[in-house]
Formats: sequence, C-alpha cells, structure tokens
Amino acid sequence: MTDPAIAANGLRKSYGDKTVLDGVDLAVPEGTIFSLLGPNGAGKTTAVKVLSTLISPDPASGRIRVGGHDLTTAPQAVRAAIGVTGQFSAVDGLITGEENMLLMADLHHLSRLEGRQVTAELLERFDLTEAAKKPASTYSGGMKRRLDIAMTLVGNPRIIFLDEPTTGLDPRSRHTMWQIIRELVSDGVTVFLTTQYLEEADELADRIAVLNDGKIAAQGTAEELKRLIPGGHVRLRFTDPAAYQSAASALREVTCDDESLTLQLPSDGSQRELRSILDRLDSNGIEADELTVHTPDLDDVFFALTGGTAIPTQPKEAAR
Amino acid sequence: MSSLSLALRDSSTMLRRNLLHARRYPSLTLNLLLTPIMLLLLFVYIFGDTMSAGIGGGRPDRSEYIAYIVPGLLLMTIGSTTIGTAVSVSNDMTEGIIARFRTMAIHRGSVIVGHVIGSVLQSVVSVVLVGAVAVAIGFRSTDATVLEWLAAFGLLVLFSMALTWIVVGMGLVSPNAEAASNNAMPLILLPLLSSAFVPIDAMPGWFQPIAEYQPFTPAIETLRGLLLGTEIGTNGWLAVAWCLGLAVLGYFWSTSKFNDDPK
Repeated sequence: MTDPAIAANGLRKSYGDKTVLDGVDLAVPEGTIFSLLGPNGAGKTTAVKVLSTLISPDPASGRIRVGGHDLTTAPQAVRAAIGVTGQFSAVDGLITGEENMLLMADLHHLSRLEGRQVTAELLERFDLTEAAKKPASTYSGGMKRRLDIAMTLVGNPRIIFLDEPTTGLDPRSRHTMWQIIRELVSDGVTVFLTTQYLEEADELADRIAVLNDGKIAAQGTAEELKRLIPGGHVRLRFTDPAAYQSAASALREVTCDDESLTLQLPSDGSQRELRSILDRLDSNGIEADELTVHTPDLDDVFFALTGGTAIPTQPKEAAR
Repeated sequence: MSSLSLALRDSSTMLRRNLLHARRYPSLTLNLLLTPIMLLLLFVYIFGDTMSAGIGGGRPDRSEYIAYIVPGLLLMTIGSTTIGTAVSVSNDMTEGIIARFRTMAIHRGSVIVGHVIGSVLQSVVSVVLVGAVAVAIGFRSTDATVLEWLAAFGLLVLFSMALTWIVVGMGLVSPNAEAASNNAMPLILLPLLSSAFVPIDAMPGWFQPIAEYQPFTPAIETLRGLLLGTEIGTNGWLAVAWCLGLAVLGYFWSTSKFNDDPK
C-alpha cells in the first residue's frame, strides 16, 4: 500500500468560537512512530479524538484518511483498522482484567477458543497474568496502562493511537511502556503517539510534529528539529560583580545577564572550546563560581517553538 | 457478518457486560428494592387499617388492602429499578471504556441495547422478589387464569422496557450520577400520584384527570384487572399506548444522544 497510514489535510476542529485545531496537516508512513508533541491544551488529545473517529472534524477540514479509508465517509472501516488507548484509562474497572480482555475478544468476534488464547497470550506478554482475576479498578497506574494497551491489541490493529501513554507513570513503568511501543513497531504497526515529554518523542519517534495553539509549529525528525534552533552554549555564573564585569570584557560574544551575574556564550560543548574559554578566564585571573554546558535538545526546540522561553527548565544541563 | 447478526452479537456481548456488573455489585439493585418493599410493609401493617377503612367504607380489612396496593407496588418496583439504570448509564458514560467502544468497529447501538435489556431483566427479577414478599404477607391472585397471568407478565415487561428507554436517555443527558438519580426521581414519585394507594375518585376533583391519565394509573388498573378480576375498560389500551409511546420516544431520544459527539 502506497497510502500513508494516516494522512490529514487541513484538519480543523472548533467548539463554538473556540478553535482547537486550526488546519493541521499530517502524514504518517506505515510502520513508523509519529509523535505529536505539545504543551497542555495545544490540541493533542483533540487531534487523536478526531483521527480515531471519536469526534467528527469540522466540515471545513480537508481530506482525512486513516488506514486508507476516509474518516467521514467510512468511519467503520477506519475503526476496523485502528486501536486506541486514550489518555484516561479505557478499561472497565468493575470487572477483572481477564474479563476486560474477553470482552474485547467478543467485540472483535473471535471464537471462544481464540478469545481465550489471545487473552492468555496478551496477559502474559504484559505481565498481568497474576492480576488477571482481580478487578481492574484495583490495578496500579502502570498496570492499568498495560491492560489498556493489551485490550487495544486484541483485534490486531494496524494503526495504534496512544494518547500520552506514559503521563503519570513512574520511571520504571515509563521505560516498560517505551519497550512495549518499540515492539509494536517492530511488528509493522504504525504508532501515533502524543506526549508532552520531549525525551519520550526523542527516544521513540521517527518523526515529530510540534503542535502549538492548534497549528503544527514544526515537523521533522528529532535531529531536524534540533537543527532549527541555535546551538548549545556555556554558562558562567559569578557571585562577585567585579569578576563578572572583567569576565564579560575578557570573553567576546557573550550574552550578559547583569541581574543574576551570568554570562552565556555559544559553544558546541567540545573539549577544545571549553579549554579555550577556561584558558582565557585563567589568563585574566578570573574564577567563575559555576560553569555549565548546555547542549541543544528538544526542550530548546519546544520552548523556542511554543513561546515558552521564559520557563527556566534546563534538565539536560550538567553542572561542573 | 450481516448488520443484523452483528447487532445481535454485539448487543448480547454488551448485555453480558451489564449483567456481570449487576451480579458483581448487587447492592445498587438491592437498595432500590428496599423502597417498594418498605412502602408495602408500611402501608399494610402501619397504615393498613385506616387505609382499608377509608376505601372499604369504614370496615378495616387489611388483606383486602394488600390486594389493592400490590399491583401498584409491582409497577413502582419497576420505576425504582430504572432509577438505578439512569445512574449506571450516567456512570458508564464517564468511563473511558465507552470512548473505546466508540472507536471500535462494533454495532453502535449495542452499548445502549445492552443497558436496556439488562435493566429489563433486572426489573423482572425485582418484580419477582417484591411479588414474593407480597405473597408472603398474604397477597393472592388465585382467580386469574394462566392467560391472565401471562398477560400481566407481558405488561410488566413492556412497562419496564418503556421506562428503561426513557431513563437511558436521562442517564445520557445527565452530567453525573447524582443528576441522573434526580432526573429519574419522578418515576418513583409518579406512583404516589396514581391509583396505587387510594382510588382516583377519593382524590380532589381538579387532580383526578392528572392521576387518571398519567402512565402509571392505566398500567396499575390493567394489572389489577388481570390479577384480581376488577374492571379494566379502556385502561388496557391506554396502558399499551403509553408503553409503546414512551418506548419509541425514549429509543429515538437515547440513540440520538448517544450518536452525538461525546463532550
């Protein structure tokens, strides 16, 4: 099939006069992981809801095809091709994990025997066999997500939507989830993933689109996106204003922040560049109180594209 | 698979899910049974003498009054059970699993049909339980023929189906379980304004038309006639018309609400 798994042209969705998606274009090739990245309220969940037939797109939208079928004229054909794991757990908490799985098997019209086999296999694969006879409402967050994905997989969907699959999970469960997602794609499944974690998109996605304010702000591989913004830098922090002033004049090309006595100068973070900076400081007898190296990552892209530059979070910095 | 067999298969799957819920968590259903059973005992043992004296022209006869109120209480049991349905539909719609169903290639109406059939079955079980209590305290319907018994049963099923379609709609439009319970409340209050406890002609004149033509009274009078041999008259047709009307109205209301985009 030459058709991309998901192809949306001018996807629009508004509620009253509030526009949530304002002409989104997407193309996701088969067998790849596509990540829709964006801050809270950017419209990620709405995009998943529209593409998974849960809500209808605005009539002004262009052609939207999922799994080779038109979203508005053939929603049942789209539904037969997809599996959805929403942001909020889509398991029936009142019945057991196993009953949830058998319910899915019945709705996919598997025979009783097939249903039992698929259920046992998937429960085993997602490490839920032990909890199979307990009500799903008693599961931990990570177990619920695993059950949720296991239920999504019962019908062998070719395209899987995962809406913030790791939000609220502890680091171990998050890594388990990443492993699960990688395995899915190795089976040839297409994954459409939304996340607010840049690390997650960087880690998993073949292509990333940054959604901001209902529009795609940038699209490409993680590397392509990182190239979009200025490179890394070295930051020097001082407590002595005199040292700060002399460092500012000794080093060229610096950005000064007089309030926090911080200097910032562009650098690729290589040993050679760092040494030259340190040499210059040494030869002028200046000692910085703190030196940090910042390499460009998706956080920078994210903040640059979503207008969040004021947010001072730089988790990738390593203090020296 | 043809669309009819798809509809049947998916609906029966959804029914199984709802029955599993009811079996696993019977407290909601059982709590709702308390109201009609308590009213039955209250009216028979506490108010029984006064009520029967008032109806029977001064001579208290409790066993006669049992016979009088049981048909109304059986229908009230259905009203009470359907409040539980409104609550469980409303609860269900807030669950993520419903969103999952909507993105699956299943028969769309099956979610609702499962609720309706499940609720009708629960109503039947509830009616049987309340009926058993009534028999235990002295209710007898020994003069009725088998045909009349079957017709009475059919009426109870039809009535519960009609109310269920309406409450499913109520459950769908209610933002939460409390609102659903409040919206469905009239279904347990309406029997109080019917001929369930006192005859219509004992009510104030201006109120009699309201009491006489609301859905419960014709159903109560028909059931009374079938079980005890009293005059049915036009009430039979009126009851069937009410049931069909409410069922059709509720069906179109519920399915159109369910087909709307979820919020």
